[in-house]
Amino acid sequence: MASLPSYHGWYVALWIVVPMVFFIALWSVLGPHLVSQHVLASPAAADLPAFGFKRESIMAEARAAAIGAAPGVFNEEARALIEPYREAIGRYQFIGIAVTLVLGFLGGVWAFLRIKPDFTARTRVERTIMVILLLASLVAILTTLGIFASLVFETIRFFGMVNPIDFLFGTHWGPDPMSSPDNPDSSRYGAIPLFWGTIYIGAIIAMVVAIPLGLMSAIYLTQYADPRVRAWVKPALEILAGVPTVVYGYFAALTVAPAIRDVALAAGMSNPSSESALAAGLVMGVMIIPFVSSMADDSIAAVPQAMRDGSLAMGATTSETIRRVLVPAALPGIVAGVMLAISRAIGETMIVVMAASTAANLSGNPLEAMTTVTVQIVAMLTGEGSFDHPATLSAFALGFVLFLVTLGLNFIALRVVKRFREAYE
Amino acid sequence: MVTVIHPNLDDTEAKMSARDVSVYYGDKMAIDHVSIDIPTKYVTAFIGPSGCGKSTFLRTLNRMNDTIPSARVEGEIVLDGEDIYRSRMDVVQLRARVGMVFQKPNPFPKSIYENIAYGPRIHGLAEGKQELDGIVETSLQRAGLWNEVKDRLDDSGTALSGGQQQRLCIARAIAVDPEVILMDEPCSALDPIATAKIEELIDELNGRYAIVIVTHSMQQAARVSQRTAFFHLGKMVEYGRTSDIFTNPLEERTKDYITGRYG
Repeated sequence: MASLPSYHGWYVALWIVVPMVFFIALWSVLGPHLVSQHVLASPAAADLPAFGFKRESIMAEARAAAIGAAPGVFNEEARALIEPYREAIGRYQFIGIAVTLVLGFLGGVWAFLRIKPDFTARTRVERTIMVILLLASLVAILTTLGIFASLVFETIRFFGMVNPIDFLFGTHWGPDPMSSPDNPDSSRYGAIPLFWGTIYIGAIIAMVVAIPLGLMSAIYLTQYADPRVRAWVKPALEILAGVPTVVYGYFAALTVAPAIRDVALAAGMSNPSSESALAAGLVMGVMIIPFVSSMADDSIAAVPQAMRDGSLAMGATTSETIRRVLVPAALPGIVAGVMLAISRAIGETMIVVMAASTAANLSGNPLEAMTTVTVQIVAMLTGEGSFDHPATLSAFALGFVLFLVTLGLNFIALRVVKRFREAYE
Repeated sequence: MVTVIHPNLDDTEAKMSARDVSVYYGDKMAIDHVSIDIPTKYVTAFIGPSGCGKSTFLRTLNRMNDTIPSARVEGEIVLDGEDIYRSRMDVVQLRARVGMVFQKPNPFPKSIYENIAYGPRIHGLAEGKQELDGIVETSLQRAGLWNEVKDRLDDSGTALSGGQQQRLCIARAIAVDPEVILMDEPCSALDPIATAKIEELIDELNGRYAIVIVTHSMQQAARVSQRTAFFHLGKMVEYGRTSDIFTNPLEERTKDYITGRYG
């Protein structure tokens, strides 16, 4: 026999399960279409409004009532459609189950007939597993491409209405979702204050907090900490990364922002804003500490012990060794960690939604209210404008810019890490 | 059992002396009451099978064992009459006086120049760029590396070949003008040609510095050293002139080891 009996078993099992799974996936996409086509073909559907929102809602209602998800219907027109829906769903469900079972059976028979002592079931199972794993990884890649495509599509629509130059270089942000969607006022779509707010909060204030604290905690943990201390502190730091960002948002809005305001008042400022870039940036910085420190920790720990010994044997103290040998050697990894942290910070939404304001403000004063790209995306998408209004579509253009920037940062960070790895192998 | 010291040792001048030194890792005893005088003007070789404690003992001489949290040293080690384990001893100064070269070449990921300048900079040995340039050149010359690297001092030290890297590490140790140089199997990662160059270098450095070398190769010990100590199971079994140890060992275990019966 070319393969162990269990591999022949696996081979048959794969031939049964894989066609079934594929068909179920296909049917779950195709089925609803076939059902609604069937319903529309029924005589009861003749009275439906031709197209548009009303028609959709009637059909959705009838469908919900048919599968028992809704107790009754509001629209009388929907009542007539319940029965055709029920019938169509029943029929296509039956077809789906029948075809699935037949496919599984046929696959099993086909595989079973091929089993012979010299059949190479083992290599075939191996190949099939490889293909399944490949498909799994393709899902993530295809999703990324899908996100990118939908962003690009909506962004192009937006730039059809608003001049990209005005968007990218204008300094006044104040879209009016209630204005007429035709002929929008391009000068109200200047995104520079948003980009500035994002960079100021995420890449400047947050990093001023996160880089020194993250780096110092990494150095302490790798070089000075007793193993018992490390066993406690490191997981605690990692828990910080697991706190939901909305909780940081509360903390920023309810604790830090009022405290900053009180300090500003005490320092003699008149009427300081209760929503400040500083509050959002500080809390975001704390949130980012674990990202910086864990990358820095890994890259400092990856510097060979021989370097450290070499420096100590030259009569350097531990802190001289850290400053002159370990940190320079680990610098690429540290830089990559900082870049990942920045891309995380500028994409962060909840903290700034809760603690920063929605007022676009081009200012260098950290105590003033500022807004960020992500805040405006949320504001525009959940605003009152219709979906094809440029104010709503501007969210996609903002998202697109953010996507490109974080993609670029991640790309550079990964390249840096890769070069760093090569250096020690 | 007591160490056998050959009677015809005439070492009047001892650079370092160990008296009843024991080293523990946690509860495990790695070195068992070793006493030895390291002469000023000679190369001393520590030989013995793997795990016999020779590297551990070497690392007690510049207190590199301090970097291992579980290690504990008992007994007395004296450098020029000063106990190096006394509490007021400045370990940083000690390591500047007792330099070390490791088994695997470990140049810093910096330029060749910066590798050599590292020690002088942290100890403040040079005033101004010119003096530092001078130290770098002298150290590289003494390590026999100057002619190979003088045109590319700004290249990374890690870009050199293994043998060149090891000579760079020796030059780095020389740059702070130590009195003793400890070498922990300095050739075990090198090919025979690079090994020959290092051995030649050790010969040239002999007399200027007290050198202690740990080696697995008995031929190497015989070639480069004038004093040899044989370690076995944490104890120093026999110590004497290299020629005596290799031609006329007094202990059975030493004889077995150097004739290749075990180890």
